[in-house]
Amino acid sequence: MNFDYSVDQLQLKDEARRFLSDASSMASVRQVFDDSNKSFDIDLWSSVADLGWLGAIIPEEQGGLALGATELCALSEELGRAIAPIPFSSTIYLFTQLLLHLGTSQQRDWLLPEVAKGSLIGCVASSEGPGNPKLKARVQGGKLSGVKLPVTDGDIADYAIVSALDDAGTSLYLIDLKSPEVNRTVLTTIDPSRSAAEITFNNVAVDPLGPPGEGVAMLKHIFDQAAIYTAFEQIGGADKVLEMTRDYALKRYAFGRAIGSFQAVKHKMANMYVRNQIARSNAYFGAWALEAGNHEVPKAAAAARIAATEAFQFSTKEAIEIFGGIGTTWEADCHLFYRRAKQLSLMLGPIAEWREQLAAELEISLDVNT
Amino acid sequence: MDFNDTPTEAEYREKALEFLTKNAPMRHLGRPTLSTTLGPADLLAAAQIWQKKKADCGFSCITWSEEYGGPGGSAIESIIFSQEEARFDVPLGIYQVSLGVCMPAILKLGSETIKQRFASPALRGEEIWCQLFSEPGAGSDLAGVRTRAISDGDNWIVNGQKVWTSNAHLSDFGLLLARTDPTTQKHKGLTMFWVDMSSPGIEIRPIHQMTGKRGFNEVYFSDVSIPDSHRLSDVHAGWKAALVTLATERLAIGGAKGADYEELVALARQIPCDDKTVMQNGGFRQRLADWYVNSEGVKLTRLRTMTALSRGETPGPESSIGKFIMAAQLQDLSDYAMDLQGQFGTIHESDRSLISAAFQDGWLKAPGSRLAGGTDEILLNIIAERILGLPSEIRVDKEKPFNELPVGR
Repeated sequence: MNFDYSVDQLQLKDEARRFLSDASSMASVRQVFDDSNKSFDIDLWSSVADLGWLGAIIPEEQGGLALGATELCALSEELGRAIAPIPFSSTIYLFTQLLLHLGTSQQRDWLLPEVAKGSLIGCVASSEGPGNPKLKARVQGGKLSGVKLPVTDGDIADYAIVSALDDAGTSLYLIDLKSPEVNRTVLTTIDPSRSAAEITFNNVAVDPLGPPGEGVAMLKHIFDQAAIYTAFEQIGGADKVLEMTRDYALKRYAFGRAIGSFQAVKHKMANMYVRNQIARSNAYFGAWALEAGNHEVPKAAAAARIAATEAFQFSTKEAIEIFGGIGTTWEADCHLFYRRAKQLSLMLGPIAEWREQLAAELEISLDVNT
Repeated sequence: MDFNDTPTEAEYREKALEFLTKNAPMRHLGRPTLSTTLGPADLLAAAQIWQKKKADCGFSCITWSEEYGGPGGSAIESIIFSQEEARFDVPLGIYQVSLGVCMPAILKLGSETIKQRFASPALRGEEIWCQLFSEPGAGSDLAGVRTRAISDGDNWIVNGQKVWTSNAHLSDFGLLLARTDPTTQKHKGLTMFWVDMSSPGIEIRPIHQMTGKRGFNEVYFSDVSIPDSHRLSDVHAGWKAALVTLATERLAIGGAKGADYEELVALARQIPCDDKTVMQNGGFRQRLADWYVNSEGVKLTRLRTMTALSRGETPGPESSIGKFIMAAQLQDLSDYAMDLQGQFGTIHESDRSLISAAFQDGWLKAPGSRLAGGTDEILLNIIAERILGLPSEIRVDKEKPFNELPVGR
């Protein structure tokens, strides 16, 4: 029984934390946050490439480190803690994983070394509007037309994996976003430390990825895995928010005493701690399922996703309440986490869909057991 | 991340499972258990037999050393056995306070003679212990104990009242916290004793709980004489001794047993809703998911504690979160499960109610679960102070002599 990071994984995590406390300090996050012309922290991106993080799950023959899923979880937790303003989730959890699962050896040999080096940003373009509308993007005669909105990191990505209708149903395609037939408009979002775009495809050449007609299932499969990595970002962020809040509540005095000595305030933070622990335990189960690569992944992913989303959002709401008025200012860091928590909660589909997925998985597992 | 037992752990689990399979029936979801079907006398008899069987085969008090009758096993082995035992329908609970709370205190505080005298009969279930701590005016504020012990040469004369004493009526002995000096600060005038429950002057009155059960008692002391040799702490130094038992109590209580998401699914599959069942209802499925996440989160958090133990680390008070979450969940989930049944939910009969009335039972039991072994509020304080390092409550009662503290009416 070892239901925790291993000693080596903890060491990797410590090193990551030390590196990010400087390279992705709140001051450097703010440089992206406050400058509307800056979509991401390009220096941080090349540093994490140098450290090998972008190749964490890429095989050695394509220039990666071929680490395990839990090692990537450890890095994700630290990136989430630092609310790192880089396109890591789009490029690694989605783009790289889709290529690893579906890419031909030619596609992988061509793109994955570029990802590992930090010279290629990838994204996934699946959303076409509010809710879960029927797809309109369509591939005909080898050319894609349609509009994707929003595409996280779509403004800075070099390549996108796009879901589109074709004769086989819904399929995935690899698109070079630098093509002249692609138009991109940068979007203003709730989290300026992450970027997004509206992308219009005007009869652009495509490169098919994976089996035709299997697009929906393939995306779902990768979203499950991405949900687990994202849960680690969320628990990293949630723990950081709790620490910030605790430190502030010890320094801030009112009515002649530290506000952290008032029971109402203490209980808020104790509840944050409880939610964070429940989320961490569910996320660890997700990491185990990823590593084991077994049938538990959809259930584990949904549980990790629900628990971590709730925990991060809860902690960021309560943090502002405890910071008081100063917590509502632009200068305080609270809103950076409040915004990131919501941004992460809306990536990969709304939480209600994950609850439904969990209920469906539960129906199956309870059938088998009884 | 690895859920697999080490080879030694796997071997132990197999041994435990072999013993359990041979000696007890499996528990089945939604079916009545021994605890719900047997009357108090039969349940006690069944518990005694089960405890003796475990003791004979080295599965009682697994971590105790051989000199006190235990098999000298590890904390991990103890957890492995509990995990497996929980899958079987066996009469648990009666020895929880005895072996989970009182005996660890005796082993920590008692003299060698006392340990030799009491450890083995307790382990074998031949003698039962109760914890005489709480009083009508001393629950969360345990140091407010007013039961008086006055020295009379070689003996102490005890007068006062204890309350919420589980199994006092079945117990042979009790662990007693009493005030020996009311003129000093409240934490400095307490002393801990062990007491023979058949002593003259002890009167036990069962408490009729809102569940209809009578598991707790009031215990009245009228001029009960306790020899000084029964003292377990230095005179007036009982508070520190009490803290030892409170920490083990929280570990022993752990969760709040009762209906959970699996029972809820079994229920939902039986209740019609439109042309289908409640199981197909979207609103129901949303809530079910959240309860599963909590419940699994608590179970998995225990595995993290177990990992810390196997790495030789001491787990901290984070195990408090299990009881805190599961007691509130038992209340909310049972409440919701009854709502799903409409008027039928009002029926509380083990035959007629769905899932053997697990939700009606849980709904009535949960308010007590949220209080026992640390109220929700005390547990949140513990997390805030001991884990997060926030300041403890400002106290107005710490410096004054105990007998000058204001009391309510």
